[in-house]
Amino acid sequence: MTVMTAPAPAAAVAAPIPTAVPAASPAAGPVWQPVCAVEDIWPDTGVCALLGGRQIAVFRLADGGLHAIDNHDPNSGANVLWRGIVGDLGGEPVVASPIYKHHYRLRDGGCIENPDTPLATHAVELRDGIVWVEA
Amino acid sequence: MHQQRLVVVGNGMVGHRFVQELLALHPDLPAAGLAVTVLGEEPRPAYDRVHLSSFFSGTSADELSLVEPGFYQRPGLRLRLNARVASIERRNNTLQLADGEVLAYDKLVLATGSYPFVPPVPGRERDACHVYRTIEDLEAMQASGARSASGVVVGGGLLGLECAKALRDMGLRTHVVEFAPRLMVAQVDDGGGRILRRKIEDLGVQVHTERNTAEITDGATARHRMVFADGSWLETDMIVFSAGIRARDELARRCLLAVGPRGGVVIDDHCRSSDADIYAIGECASWNEQVFGLVAPGYDMARVAARHIGGGADAAFAGADMSTKLKLMGVDVASIGDAQGRTRGALSCVFTDEIKQIYKKLVVSADRKRLLGAVLVGDAAEYGTLLQMMLNGIALPEAPEQLILPAADGAAKAGLGVDALPDGAVLCSCNNVSKGQLCAAVADGARTIGELKSATRAGTSCGGCVPLVTQVLNAELKRQGVEVTNHLCEHFPHSRQELYHLVRVGGIRSFAELLHRHGTGRGCDICKPVAASILASCWNDFILNQDQARLQDSNDYFLGNIQKDGSYSAVPRVAAGEITPEQLIAIGRIAKKYDLYTKITGGQRIDLFGAQVHQLPLIWRELVDAGFESGHAYGKSLRTVKSCVGSTWCRYGVQDSVGMAIRLENRYKGLRSPHKIKFGVSGCTRECAEAQGKDVGVIATERGWNLYVCGNGGMKPRHAELLASDLDEATLVRMIDRFLMFYIRTADRLQRTSTWRDNLEGGLDYLKAVILEDSLGLGAELEAEMAHVVGSYACEWKKAIEDPALLRRMRTFVNSDAADDNIVFVRERGQIRPATAAEKLQCFKGIAVVAETA
Ligand SMILES: Cc1cc2nc3c(=O)[nH]c(=O)nc-3n(C[C@H](O)[C@H](O)[C@H](O)COP(=O)(O)OP(=O)(O)OC[C@H]3O[C@@H](n4cnc5c(N)ncnc54)[C@H](O)[C@@H]3O)c2cc1C
Repeated sequence: MTVMTAPAPAAAVAAPIPTAVPAASPAAGPVWQPVCAVEDIWPDTGVCALLGGRQIAVFRLADGGLHAIDNHDPNSGANVLWRGIVGDLGGEPVVASPIYKHHYRLRDGGCIENPDTPLATHAVELRDGIVWVEA
Repeated sequence: MHQQRLVVVGNGMVGHRFVQELLALHPDLPAAGLAVTVLGEEPRPAYDRVHLSSFFSGTSADELSLVEPGFYQRPGLRLRLNARVASIERRNNTLQLADGEVLAYDKLVLATGSYPFVPPVPGRERDACHVYRTIEDLEAMQASGARSASGVVVGGGLLGLECAKALRDMGLRTHVVEFAPRLMVAQVDDGGGRILRRKIEDLGVQVHTERNTAEITDGATARHRMVFADGSWLETDMIVFSAGIRARDELARRCLLAVGPRGGVVIDDHCRSSDADIYAIGECASWNEQVFGLVAPGYDMARVAARHIGGGADAAFAGADMSTKLKLMGVDVASIGDAQGRTRGALSCVFTDEIKQIYKKLVVSADRKRLLGAVLVGDAAEYGTLLQMMLNGIALPEAPEQLILPAADGAAKAGLGVDALPDGAVLCSCNNVSKGQLCAAVADGARTIGELKSATRAGTSCGGCVPLVTQVLNAELKRQGVEVTNHLCEHFPHSRQELYHLVRVGGIRSFAELLHRHGTGRGCDICKPVAASILASCWNDFILNQDQARLQDSNDYFLGNIQKDGSYSAVPRVAAGEITPEQLIAIGRIAKKYDLYTKITGGQRIDLFGAQVHQLPLIWRELVDAGFESGHAYGKSLRTVKSCVGSTWCRYGVQDSVGMAIRLENRYKGLRSPHKIKFGVSGCTRECAEAQGKDVGVIATERGWNLYVCGNGGMKPRHAELLASDLDEATLVRMIDRFLMFYIRTADRLQRTSTWRDNLEGGLDYLKAVILEDSLGLGAELEAEMAHVVGSYACEWKKAIEDPALLRRMRTFVNSDAADDNIVFVRERGQIRPATAAEKLQCFKGIAVVAETA
């Protein structure tokens, strides 16, 4: 959390800007990193991992499937997707953003209500009870 | 151009409708050469007399008004209130007001309505003797009611019984005294009258028929004694005369216009009196020797007269159907067409069930082909069908008795089939809505009965046509290929109400089991929170156990209210808004420590904004230590019980509203429901807690508490309605228990009590029957269900901060103690607020918190 002490003249700066979430990964390319024990993610819920400054939402489905997508919800500008309700629409696993209820497909990050705002997805694996994510 | 001076006498329901019709024809009055003056004797512009009785259940005079603000402020139109016309001078086309002023007219419209007839009984002018016609009459009745324990209505007609209900609702011992041998002589026959009487008496109103009041004198045990012609007597504190109405034709009589044999200004088919410059419309007019005591024929006359004055010679009044259906104190009564069988050769067919107290009669033409009339008492479900058969001359089936006999196997009877009706058939006669108009509204997108009602106004007055209107809706939707389903979502082929039933009856305690037994797929953000809410309403298990946590909306999951930047707010419970200095200091200290934005809410408590997920348990640990509990601001559950300061401090208060509010808030806190629930408790009728804008409103009276339900502020404000009066605390709580549980059982997903009530077939009377009279026999069950929820309450935050597994979940990052750097605050007026996107950009540049923007 950051608090600016000087009140900024809000009206002075008009245009909305892209959010502050860091863009693609550093030049070195993605690397596999351990995130948490699998029991730390209750079935059909998500957690958020901070990997190299990037926020990644990791979900565990009741059938054991694991998915990782960006945590940033481009439709609300908030980092909240790990806190959405997990379910399916027409059999396709999705998470619903808690802010304005946009649905994102867990498999490919596509947004059902707004195809212009897909999310990056990340490889995820379970190794000896530990969840690993490539980011 | 010569202006035609048009004067309307009377600004009642029909007089006002006349002006509306005139404006529809001539939107620009001066351009049409019209100068219109409306003279009304009452102190206020036209109001809805038909719903006058709702004044007693909380509808204000303003809400009853039929006149939109500014309506009479337009060129060429003038409304004068408190202006009684004293005489008409036809020789020179002038009239004189009571204050002596003289006005000239070219055309005059009389819309003076009628007055209540008071039999010439000695003593009728005594104090606390009333009539039932204007808002002022009702205010006077209210004042008398407040200092009375008993009341008598003279007259057992339609209005008399409505009035008896008002007295009973005021908590008075109520009697109805009728001159004739039965109630509602005009509408029902002997058999129907007998059943009606028994039903009304069962509801605690005493009926005395064949009583002719001879005199009213001082009473020994009450204010008055009514002495009857047979020497018997009855003592009572107040009396309301409702012994019929008489046309107000005195102006016409004095200027020698023709008057009908039973009173009323004689009019022709164009609503013209015996003087071609004078029209009469509404209850003051007599057409074909008939005076019409209902509003619909008056509206029709208003339309005809407005057209005729504008030169439309073809418009004609052709009489009116006087069929009526009403619910009197929860008893259905309907009368259709020739109810008494007066047509020559008419045959009747009667069904009486003295056990269930139902009476039904058909009147059939001599050739047995057509329905002439009907009487229904105790169950009027067939009203709409029978009325349409009568009005449209639809051929009777082979065995007409089947129309009123209960279906043998208990299955629903085949109705008339709305397809049989012509498009022109008027289904809602109160608002003159035809089947064709309903079909058009469905074609324009109305999908629910609520939408259809607001699009067409059908069913919004007496509600008698709602079953038929629903049939038309469903038939039309089906025709358009719209599947009529109330399924919650793709995972459950059930409505919320059905799921609730399945959970309770099946003893289902987890979402997995519910999905397995009644659904498909994984569930979604629609059905999961609904299931969570139902499970909590039924069993009240901890909402954050492993099965249920994943069903919860983010708000319930983190026991806070998510804000647009993903941070949360925390609201500790401050029952009834009563808070100690120590508690205030504690909240202030905690808010300061975590630098939270604080704001007083509309529900008399304090909201603390700007907490990140990982801060919530820390903040709540301190709040719990300071003695606070969760305020459930995040839940679809009881929010607050707002109160005024009450009799403890206030010089007007009559009861301790704060104490009551605290007890209610503590009783229902944590109760999960289809939507949020708000209460209000006021210590007197000044209503400072605005209880009538709440789902449950409690208002103190001298004798106990009045209970109001189904109010709402917010997007679509709705006044709460009076459910019961002068309850003691134990009864009040029982009635609220039943009301809330019945709502939880039957409402749709995210349906506030106000919309639930608007969609409840049978309306307020049905709700009263279920809650107060236990007509469904559910009372004890509903109370027991509530007792379970109340008994198993536990503060969710207190549990959460003791649960290590849960605390591990309440972290911003699973693998780091960092905070979300996308949550940025700016100071304004001494507190934090979320930074705008532009401000964030500045911040990131200046302080370089963004690590890798490579
Ligand atoms: C409690 C109650 C319940 C009812 N329920 C129903 C129902 O369910 N269905 C139904 O169809 N009908 C019902 N009615 C009847 C309905 O209200 C009337 O049919 C309707 O109001 C008639 O309209 P009107 O304009 O003719 O008369 P009113 O509405 O009475 O208006 C006449 C107006 O003229 C004014 N006036 C009279 N003389 C003068 C004068 N000399 N100078 C100036 N002004 C004057 C009066 O003060 C009054 O304001 C009910 C009536 C009451 C009282």
